Amino acid sequence: MEKTFARPRSLKTVPFRYCPGCGHSLIHRLIAECIDELGIREKVVGIAPVGCAVFSYDYFNFDILESAHGRPPAVATALKRVMPQKIIFSYQGDGDLAAIGTSEIIHAAARGENISVFFVNNANYGMTGGQMAPTTILGQRTTTTPGGRSAATEGYPLRVSELLATIEGASFIQRVSLDTYGEVTAAKSAISRAFRGQMEGRGFSLVEILSPCPTDWGFSPKASLEWIRTAMKKVYPTGVMKDRDKGI
Amino acid sequence: MAKVVAVTGNEAVAEALRQVNPDVCGIYPITPQTDMMQRYASFINNGKVDTEAVLVESEHSSMSACIGASAAGGRVVTATSSTGLALMWEMLHIASGDRLPIIMPVVNRALSAPLNIHGDHSDAMGARDTGWIQIWSENGQEAYDNTIQAFRIGEHMDIRLPAMVCMDGFIISHSIERMEYLEDAEVKKFVGEFKNLHPLLDLDKPKSYGPLILTDLFHEYKRAQHEVMTKVKGVVLEVAGEFEKLSGRKYGLFESYRLEDADIALVILNSAAGTSKDVVDAFRDRGIKAGLLKPRLFRPFPYEEVAAALKNTKAVCVMDRADSFGGYGPLFMEVSSALYQLRNRPALINKIYGLGGRDYLPSHAELVLNELDGIAKGGKINVFKEYIGVRE
Ligand SMILES: Cc1ncc(C[n+]2csc(CCOP(=O)(O)OP(=O)(O)O)c2C)c(N)n1
Ligand code: SF4
Repeated sequence: MEKTFARPRSLKTVPFRYCPGCGHSLIHRLIAECIDELGIREKVVGIAPVGCAVFSYDYFNFDILESAHGRPPAVATALKRVMPQKIIFSYQGDGDLAAIGTSEIIHAAARGENISVFFVNNANYGMTGGQMAPTTILGQRTTTTPGGRSAATEGYPLRVSELLATIEGASFIQRVSLDTYGEVTAAKSAISRAFRGQMEGRGFSLVEILSPCPTDWGFSPKASLEWIRTAMKKVYPTGVMKDRDKGI
Repeated sequence: MAKVVAVTGNEAVAEALRQVNPDVCGIYPITPQTDMMQRYASFINNGKVDTEAVLVESEHSSMSACIGASAAGGRVVTATSSTGLALMWEMLHIASGDRLPIIMPVVNRALSAPLNIHGDHSDAMGARDTGWIQIWSENGQEAYDNTIQAFRIGEHMDIRLPAMVCMDGFIISHSIERMEYLEDAEVKKFVGEFKNLHPLLDLDKPKSYGPLILTDLFHEYKRAQHEVMTKVKGVVLEVAGEFEKLSGRKYGLFESYRLEDADIALVILNSAAGTSKDVVDAFRDRGIKAGLLKPRLFRPFPYEEVAAALKNTKAVCVMDRADSFGGYGPLFMEVSSALYQLRNRPALINKIYGLGGRDYLPSHAELVLNELDGIAKGGKINVFKEYIGVRE
């Protein structure tokens, strides 16, 4: 019988050690599939964040550079500029990209750097144990907002994709989610599109992925997907925020 | 009446902060400090303190927020570790230059790269020259006691300097020990009401913090910082004396362990000092006069007192859990400077141990004490600086 399904070559043959139901495993898989399909595995360098995905080098079967917390966009900029023929992506959590590294991502977008950014929004700092992130939604309980995030004391959730879409240098910005099969398929298309944009020299692209963190949210994997659907998506609607080619 | 508890180092320090109930705290997570300020966040949520928490987006912002709150006239705390402390570097100098008595527990952890979350002293040693007072703690009890005393020291009207209280990441921050808590009222009375000095928003006396000062007065400004540091030792001892009356626990500028008649001695910070004391005892049982000096106040460093404590020894090893690559370990350099002033000095060697949380074992202390014993008996020094406990 014809072989129809295999592990992507861009993933090592080791099991994921992320928590059960964690979005990171799925997102790694989607990125790896896209890289295989585009035939760029030998040209890719990924930048790992500080956060749960610090361990991505254990799984991706290509070169990874580990950077300081929040600095991947600056590191990606430099890599791409010295090796323009390579495909450079950064993989960042919402703590990495939307808290400590907010300035880096804004300026990389404003400079229109020809890089691809995968932004994993799980509405908290996963690795350190579920503290409030700028992306935490109002009322959400975290270990530093045990009574729920309140706008009066902790301010409002930061919508990074909408923010970056206002920047002229950004070429493609899309928010996707992992809560249904359809959404996962759309996420893969967006990831592929972000890579293709870079291959065609279109400039800065970012895909924001709403991703479950069952452990720190305190929900089952299934209930976590439900929470993305019923709570997170209200604050973070999915869709294309910017597509310069299509005039969006 | 003291309350006996079994808690982790992080829990104990969070409790000390709760008892002090500062006005403002900056909160931003980093392993292994995270759970200390997380505990504090639940104290706030449960109404146990009336601290204003600022959940910031990085350590740089956390220290900046603390600077603002302290200049406004509040009693202010934050806590950090490792790269978090490194990211604060710019603001650390501003806090001390502005003479703002911010109190900051530092849960010591290695610096990147390679990435490592475990305990060593590279972070605080990197902040050695930032103008902060540094107090180091062997165990959870000392971390708790030092945190309470740090408020009195930093806020003292003759001092007004920020202070960090250091303890070993994981080894102390996450291990459960038996310790004694003071009563809330005792702590409250001991630290006293926070007293303002030159707060902002005093409409009758408007003022600026941190203005541009160039060649005309900058040098004098820095000399003033040097001079205030010379007064810290006296205040540390005065506060320790009062703390002893309250708690029965004795503190000094450093701890001398079986040092009075010692021929050989280790100088060693924090938790590894505890491990080494047992080995010192074993050497004493064998008739070898071993001793130990555990620094407590590292900034300002008590040079004369350390020299006096070590002057009758024959051979000393300074043990560093951090390295100044291309130089000696940072603690070694201090002890070496202290001993230089003596007419007759002990032989001095430096060992680097336990980086990135590598276990420090009694057998390591034994190896070093044996080497010192040989040197004290006339053997020659083979190597001045050496890494121990290395996997070859
Ligand atoms: C300078 C600095 N400050 C703090 C930390 C501690 N830290 C490690 S991971 C992390 C948050 C990660 O959260 P996120 O980026 O959302 O990733 P997730 O773990 O949720 O995937 C923090 C604050 C650090 N490593 N470096
Ligand atoms: S803590 Fe959350 S983000 Fe981290 S691996 Fe677990 S589920 Fe995933």
